[in-house]
Amino acid sequence: MAKKKPESKNSDNSDAELNRELLHSMLLQRRFEERTAEAYALGKIGGFCHLYIGQEAVSTGSISLLRPDDYIITTYRDHGQALARGMTPRAVMSELFGRVDGCAHGKGGSMHMFDKSLGFLGGHGIVGAHVPLGTGVGFAIKYRGGDQVCVCFMGESVVNTGAFHEALNMAGLWKLPVVYVIENNRYGMGTSLERASAIHDIYERGAAYNMPRAQCDGQDVFAVRAAVQEAIDRARTESTPTLLEVRTYRFMGHSMSDAVSGTYRSKAELDEYMKRDPIALLRMHMHEQNQLTDEDLQKMDEEIKAVCQDAWDFADASPEPPLEALYEDVYVDTTSDAITEPVAAN
Amino acid sequence: MPVITYRDALNRALREEMQRDDRVFLMGEEVAVYQGAYKVSKGLLQEFGEMRVVDTPITELGFAGVGVGAAMVGLRPIIEFMTWNFGVLALDQVLNSAAKLLYMSGGQFNIPIVFRGPNGAALQLSAQHSQAFESWLAHIPGVKVVTPGTPYDALGLLKAAIRDDNPVCFLEGEMLYNTKGEVPDEEYVIPLGKADLKREGSDCSIITSGKMALLAMTVADQLAKENIHIDVVDLRTVRPMDVEAIKTSVEKTNRAVVLEEGWEICGIGTQVVDYIQRECFDSLDAPVVRVHQADVPMPYAKNLERAAKPDAAKTIAAVKKVMYL
Ligand SMILES: Cc1ncc(C[n+]2csc(CCOP(=O)(O)OP(=O)(O)O)c2C)c(N)n1
Ligand SMILES: [Mg+2]
Repeated sequence: MAKKKPESKNSDNSDAELNRELLHSMLLQRRFEERTAEAYALGKIGGFCHLYIGQEAVSTGSISLLRPDDYIITTYRDHGQALARGMTPRAVMSELFGRVDGCAHGKGGSMHMFDKSLGFLGGHGIVGAHVPLGTGVGFAIKYRGGDQVCVCFMGESVVNTGAFHEALNMAGLWKLPVVYVIENNRYGMGTSLERASAIHDIYERGAAYNMPRAQCDGQDVFAVRAAVQEAIDRARTESTPTLLEVRTYRFMGHSMSDAVSGTYRSKAELDEYMKRDPIALLRMHMHEQNQLTDEDLQKMDEEIKAVCQDAWDFADASPEPPLEALYEDVYVDTTSDAITEPVAAN
Repeated sequence: MPVITYRDALNRALREEMQRDDRVFLMGEEVAVYQGAYKVSKGLLQEFGEMRVVDTPITELGFAGVGVGAAMVGLRPIIEFMTWNFGVLALDQVLNSAAKLLYMSGGQFNIPIVFRGPNGAALQLSAQHSQAFESWLAHIPGVKVVTPGTPYDALGLLKAAIRDDNPVCFLEGEMLYNTKGEVPDEEYVIPLGKADLKREGSDCSIITSGKMALLAMTVADQLAKENIHIDVVDLRTVRPMDVEAIKTSVEKTNRAVVLEEGWEICGIGTQVVDYIQRECFDSLDAPVVRVHQADVPMPYAKNLERAAKPDAAKTIAAVKKVMYL
């Protein structure tokens, strides 16, 4: 039973090209969401909107290890993972703006990003409910005898739901190829982990499901990659699930309607955690390794900002969904086979 | 024509569809080794193996969600609830996952899944085990709700439900598994959303579905002796509802009784009556009368249970009321 805390692998973090890609992915998420907050304040984005700022090493670290035919399922805090998987900033921003060029043609919004072609099975809004779905994806992989994996992201509050328990029990029982990544950012809205869960090393819950489990630093993209790689290998080659607790922190409020710090956490605590900004940590590492000059970084940042501006402009110009769309996609019209009143056997 | 039970008709539908499409699998409590709590899945484990006939722990919310996830990536799950009374623990997955994913994803993810199991009251199972959930489920855009009353309908409708690319809630009558009826040997499929005229008559319509259609036929036979001829419209699928069939019948008889197993408030009957008042107002010779379960949890005592359920006497009284007899 794996129960150790994986360490960063040096072979990984000495690869300059890879590190540039990781940095690019994380910085894109950061800049994109800064613009998201701005657009929200201007009323261009409505509804619930949960930013991922501070947690980018988790999405990038995990998703950078996946094959194109693997699957991802996640919560409403889904912009970062969507971008890390390769959804275009245009498609994500248009969805946020509720426009027809959004990844769900404006029907989903911030909490419900989907892209079938990328195996991105959605942001889901009922806390805990997508964990059985991710488990079912694992079941389907095993049913077909494939070697894909499903990565199921969730917040730490999810471990207190019945759906989590029911799903992980089945995954452990049936040995399904799922990597459950708990993004432990210490709070579910305003309730700290310690005020919600009877145990505080929540990866230990894996014991109840006979499931390999581990904990890692979620601000260090290499630590995330090392831990997730181990879990992916186990899923792919042994069809065994893993419960991985990734310790991270959100730098923004729970959603756009929540102050960054306030009743449930202090400014001092926030400042302390912000010292370990995952992007800054990677940047410093790359500087030390002579993998990134200030000019490189500035150039990358300018490019990314331009991409985000383009996404904004594109979304702004994208039309609202046509009114006919209101009644579309409630049901699919076609059945897989023609069904007619008594048909003879074929 | 061969006569078989409702149970065997369902079993045959499952077997035929699993033979024809290897993406179809059955999952639920006691479906495999035990052969089904009501023996509907008898022999399937032996024929299809444990990857396709899957026993689960008692974990409705979990395995309903497993089904939805598997459907998202191309399988065609049949999720059996031991009864729909337990299926409500999985309602979140029906309502918030299965029914919503196509819409929320802008048309990318349809969910070809069947949630099935016994529904409605049996005998003296009391309050928690005697509930009819048609209206709960039919309220949800994005799912279809099917209620077969006869072996013939059970077979043809279950096959259609399995082939449908949308989520289908399939409500079997808990009291019907042993009932018998004619079922041809040839393969057939009954399209969802089409009512069946179970009796023809010109004096009064009884609009109903599933198990209650059997009661309506009994009532029709009894009233025929009094020279009152009933049109029995068995909706079979309550969502989508065959409103044309309702209209045709009411325009013919000018009188309607709406009969359902569940409770009165916001029941299926409210929808039928709303439709009749909108579309058949000028045809009506009398206000529509509803027959339904008493507005109470189901009691245990025999006499109280009998008093709570819709029955022939109540239905006959309703017919006579709309006929001013
Ligand atoms: C079943 C359910 N209950 C309550 C909510 C409201 N809600 C949305 S997010 C949230 C906190 C979840 O926290 P966590 O799982 O830690 O994820 P995080 O927001 O920190 O990413 C709550 C209570 C919900 N969406 N679903
Ligand atoms: Mg949290």
